[in-house]
Amino acid sequence: MGLEVHLQLATESKIFSGAATRFGAEPNVQACAVDLGMPGMLPVLNARAVQYAVMFGLGVGARIGKRSVFDRKNYFYPDLPKGYQVSQFFEPIVCEGKFEVPMPDGSLFPVRITRAHLEEDAGKSVHDAYAGQTGIDLNRAGTPLLEIVTEPDFRTAEQAVAYLKSLHSLATYLGISDGNMAEGSMRCDVNISLRPTGTEVYGTRTEIKNVNSFRFVEKAIAVETERQMDILESGGHIVQETRLYDADRNETRSMRSKEVANDYRYFPEPDLLPIVLDDAYIDNIRAGLPELPGAKRARFIETYGLSDYDASLLVDSRTTADFFEAATDISKAPKLTANWILGDLAGALNRESLDLTESPVSPEALAGLIVRIADDTLSSKLAKQVFEGLWLGEGTADEIIEARGLKQVTDTGALESLVAQVIEGHPDQVTQYQAADEAKQKKLLGFFVGQVMKASKGQANPQRLNGLLRAMLDSG
Amino acid sequence: MSPNELSTATAVELAAALRAKTMSAVELTQACLATIARENPVLNAAITVCGEQAIEEATAADTLLRRGDGGTLTGIPLLHKDIFCTRDVATTCASRMLENFIPPYDATVVSRLRAAGTIMLGKTNMDEFAMGSSTETSVFGETRNPWNIHCVPGGSSGGTAAAVAAGFTPLGTGTDTGGSIRQPASLCGITGLKPTYGRVSRLGIIAFASSLDQAGPMTRTAEDAALMLQVMSGLDPGDSTSADIEVPDFRANLGDPISGLKIGIPKEYFSSSLEPRVAASIQAALVELEREGAELVDIDLPHTDQGIPTYYIIAPAEASANLSRYDGVRFGYRCEAPTDLNDLYERSRTEGFGEEVKRRILVGTYALSTGFYDAYFKKAQQVRRLISEDFNTAFETCDVIAGPAAPGVAFGLGTKTTDPLAMYLEDIYTLSVNLAGLPGISVPAGLLDGMPVGLQLIGRAFDEATLLRVAHRFQLRTDHHLARPVPTAVNP
Amino acid sequence: MSTTPADVLSVAQLARLRIEEAALDDVTERFGRILDLVAQLQQVDTEGVEPMSNPHDMVQRLRADAVTEDAQRDALQRVAPSVEDGFFLVPRVID
Repeated sequence: MGLEVHLQLATESKIFSGAATRFGAEPNVQACAVDLGMPGMLPVLNARAVQYAVMFGLGVGARIGKRSVFDRKNYFYPDLPKGYQVSQFFEPIVCEGKFEVPMPDGSLFPVRITRAHLEEDAGKSVHDAYAGQTGIDLNRAGTPLLEIVTEPDFRTAEQAVAYLKSLHSLATYLGISDGNMAEGSMRCDVNISLRPTGTEVYGTRTEIKNVNSFRFVEKAIAVETERQMDILESGGHIVQETRLYDADRNETRSMRSKEVANDYRYFPEPDLLPIVLDDAYIDNIRAGLPELPGAKRARFIETYGLSDYDASLLVDSRTTADFFEAATDISKAPKLTANWILGDLAGALNRESLDLTESPVSPEALAGLIVRIADDTLSSKLAKQVFEGLWLGEGTADEIIEARGLKQVTDTGALESLVAQVIEGHPDQVTQYQAADEAKQKKLLGFFVGQVMKASKGQANPQRLNGLLRAMLDSG
Repeated sequence: MSPNELSTATAVELAAALRAKTMSAVELTQACLATIARENPVLNAAITVCGEQAIEEATAADTLLRRGDGGTLTGIPLLHKDIFCTRDVATTCASRMLENFIPPYDATVVSRLRAAGTIMLGKTNMDEFAMGSSTETSVFGETRNPWNIHCVPGGSSGGTAAAVAAGFTPLGTGTDTGGSIRQPASLCGITGLKPTYGRVSRLGIIAFASSLDQAGPMTRTAEDAALMLQVMSGLDPGDSTSADIEVPDFRANLGDPISGLKIGIPKEYFSSSLEPRVAASIQAALVELEREGAELVDIDLPHTDQGIPTYYIIAPAEASANLSRYDGVRFGYRCEAPTDLNDLYERSRTEGFGEEVKRRILVGTYALSTGFYDAYFKKAQQVRRLISEDFNTAFETCDVIAGPAAPGVAFGLGTKTTDPLAMYLEDIYTLSVNLAGLPGISVPAGLLDGMPVGLQLIGRAFDEATLLRVAHRFQLRTDHHLARPVPTAVNP
Repeated sequence: MSTTPADVLSVAQLARLRIEEAALDDVTERFGRILDLVAQLQQVDTEGVEPMSNPHDMVQRLRADAVTEDAQRDALQRVAPSVEDGFFLVPRVID
C-alpha cells in the first residue's frame, strides 16, 4: 500500500498568481485572470511555495532537487481552467527520503518517501445547486500543493494512519500548512494492491482518491482491502482504476469520469523556467528549521525521562510540546507536568471544546500547581480542587490554596496529634488491628486513614499518614 | 505634409513634424483613419478600427505636445496585431473561438506603447491563432497584399505588414513564432524585427507556442523599429521568461559604420528551395553590405533542413496545450445547447477552431502522447539544441548572419491553402531563428516584377543593436525601403 | 509511417475535437503527410544531446508571496458564456 498526500501550502497568495488563497470566499472572487487561464495570462512562481517545499524536504530528510522543472499535465475537466495542471513530473523539487513514523506502541516505522513535488490545485464543482448543470468555483484553482508520494511500504491501516498523523504534525511544526483536513488542506490518495500470502508479486492496484480524515483513511483501506479480497477469492480480477471513498455508505466506488482517456501527455511547461537552488539557499532554510517532532521526541525521552508514549503524545503538536517545556521549566517535574497536561488539562479542554492555545490555564499557572504537588503542599485530591480554581481564573495556585484553605497537613506534630486522637477514639479497632494477620491489618489501616482524613478535612498528607499510623499502631 | 506624404513618412519624421507643430496628432490620426477607410475594404488588413478612441487619444497627445511634454512616440499612430490583448477592445486572434472576446486587460506591450503616447488605431488581421504564413486562415477573411491584391501578404502578421505597406500606419506590432513578422515584412516590403526570445514580454499576448513566441515592431525603417523596440523591451515581472538583461539605447549607435563587421552567409540558405531570382536579389543586397565595409564570410548551419520537422513538432505540441483553455466554459465560443460535458468540449472546439488550428492541435497532441513522446517531442527538443549550437558555432566566426527571409515573393491567394506542407516551407529560413531564440530582422531588398524581396539578418542573442545598425546602414545606402505600392483604390 | 483513421480519431478524442466522417480520410491523409515530414528527425543522431525546452537556459525568477490581485469577478465573468451566482455553469458532471 502506498500513499499520496496533497498538502496545501499556507501561502498568502497562489502558487502562480497574486490572488488570495483564503478559504471560504464567495465563488470565483479569488480567481484572477491567471487562475482562470484567460488568454495571454502567464504564471510567475511564488517564492514561499518553493521555500515551504524545501522545508518539507529537509524535514523528512529527503534530498532536495537542486534543479527542478515544472511540467504540464494535460486533461480536460471543468475545474481545471487551462486544460492542463502545472505540476512537476520529470524533475521534482523533493527527491527520495526516509521518514521515521512513531507508532502507538512507541516503536518507529520507517517510510520511504519517493518524492514530493509542487503543483497547483484545481477548482471545485458544485453539483446540486442548478438543474442539470454543474457550477464551477475556481477560488481554489492555483492554491499551492505539495504532493508527497511514498513507496508501497504500508502493510496495515494503522501504519498508514500513523504516517499521516506524523506528516500532519511535521507540516504544522514547519508552519507550511494549516493542516485543516476538513477544509481540504491535507488530502490523501491511497494506492492499494494485495499480495497473496507466500508470493512476492503484488496484484493490480486501485487508487482511492481524496480521503479527507484519518478515520476515513482507516475505514477506506479496510473496505477496499475487503472488496479486493472478495473479488480475488471468488476468482475475479481487480481492475486498475480510480475509486472514491463514500463515507456515508462506507464503500468505495469507481470514478468513471476520471477514467476517460488518461494520457496526460506531460511535457516541460514552457511558460516557466527551471528552479535552480544553490547550497546557500538550502543551508539557510536548514538553519532556520524549528526542532522537528522526531528530534523533539527523542530529546524529551532523553532529557526529561518521559516514556515513549508520553513523549509521542506531547510532541504530536508543537503547541503542546511548547506548553510542556514552558511549564516544566518552572515546575522542574517533567513527569508530573506531562501527566497533568495529557490528563486533567487535556480533559478539561476537551470538555469545553477548546484548543490548547485557548487554554484558560497558562503553562506558568499549571507549573505553580505542580510545584505545590511536588513539595507535598497538595495531595492529588487537593490539587484537583486547585486546578479547578486555576481554570476558573481565581488566581495563582498559591493564592487559591490560601483562599480555599487547601493546604495539606504534612507537619509531623500536627499529624501525630490527629492520629493520636483517632487511635484514642477507636480502641476496639486498635485491639483488632494488633491481633490481626497482615492482610486484615491492611484493611484496618485503610479504616484509620479514612478517619484521620475525615478529621483533617482531607488535608492530611496520605503518604506521611500511612507511615505514622503504622508506627503508632504497632507501638501501641 | 500631404496625405500621400503622411502615409509614407516614418515615425521619426512624423515625430519631428508633431514637435515642429507643422501638424497635430489629431490631423495625423485622421489622415491614417482616412487611408484605412479608403483602402481597408479591399485589403482587409485591419479587423477592428477604433476611430473615436484614437481621436480622443490623439487629442490628449496634442495637449502633451503643446506643453512640450511627452516622448518621441507621443502622438504616433499604430496598429496592433489582433493577438495582443487590448483592454475593452475586441481581441480575436482572428478565430471564431474568440470572435466576441473583449479582454479586461492590456498586454504589457500594449500598455508600454500606450504609456509612450502612441495612438491605437485598431487591430490587424492575422492567420487564426498565428498559425499560418499567408493570413488566409482568418475567420474574418484573407488580407490582400497591397503590392498585388491577388497575392497574399504573408503571415501570420500579414494584416500589420499590409497596413504598414499601404500607409494605414507608420508603426505596427506583430508576433513571430516561426517567421510571422519577418516573412510578411519580406512579402510586403517593410521592416520587421523579431527580437531575442525574452527581450519583449509575452504577458497578454495570446499564446501559440510559448518557447518560440516573440513580439516585435513592424515599420517602414530600421530606425523606427529601433524606436519602437526601445519601448517594447525590458524585464516584465509578469512573464517568467522575460529576460532580466540590460536594454541598450537602440538608436545610439544606429549610424555607426559597419566596416570590419563579419557577415556570415550560410550556404544552406541558398539551396534549391530558394527561388533563383530571389537569390540574386539577396546576393545584390550582400554586395551593398560589402560596399559598406562589411566582410562576407561563409558559414555552415548544418541542421537547417531539420528546422521544419523540429518546429512542426515543438510548436504544435506547445500549442496543443496552450489551446486547451478554449473549452467553452469561462470565455470564448460555446456551442449551442450542449447535451453533456463532452459535447460542450468537442462541439465548442470543433466549431470554434478552423482547420489549420485543429490540424496543429492534432499533430501536437500526437507528438506528446504515450509512446511517442521520446520519438517525437524529446527528439525534437534535442535537435533544437543542435540547431541552436549551429548558430553558436557560426557566431564564433561572424557577427551577423545574412540570407533570405522567405524562399520567394508573395504568392497567389489560395495557391497553398490546400497543401499545408507547401505552406510550411515558407518559414524554412526563419523558424530556426525562433528555435534558437535569436533576433532576426527582414528589410526590403528590392522588387521582383513589382513584388518585394526581403533580406534577413540574424544576430547574436540580445544583440538587436547590431542587427538594427546593419539594417540602418543598408537603408542609408539603398532606397528599397522607400518603395511604396500604388494605392489599391487605383490598383485593379 | 502509415497513420490510420482510427489513430486520428483517438488523438482527436484526447484533444476534444470531433472529425466528421466525411472528412476523416482527408484529415488522415494530411495528418500522415505531416508525420512523414517530422519523421525525418529520426535520422538525426541525438545521442547524449540534452533536450532544449527554452532558449538561453535561463532560470526561474521568484515572486514575493503577496496578494496583489483584487476581486475582479464581474469584469472577468463578463466574457463568460454561462454564469450564475458567480459560478461558471457547465452541463452536469457526473463523478
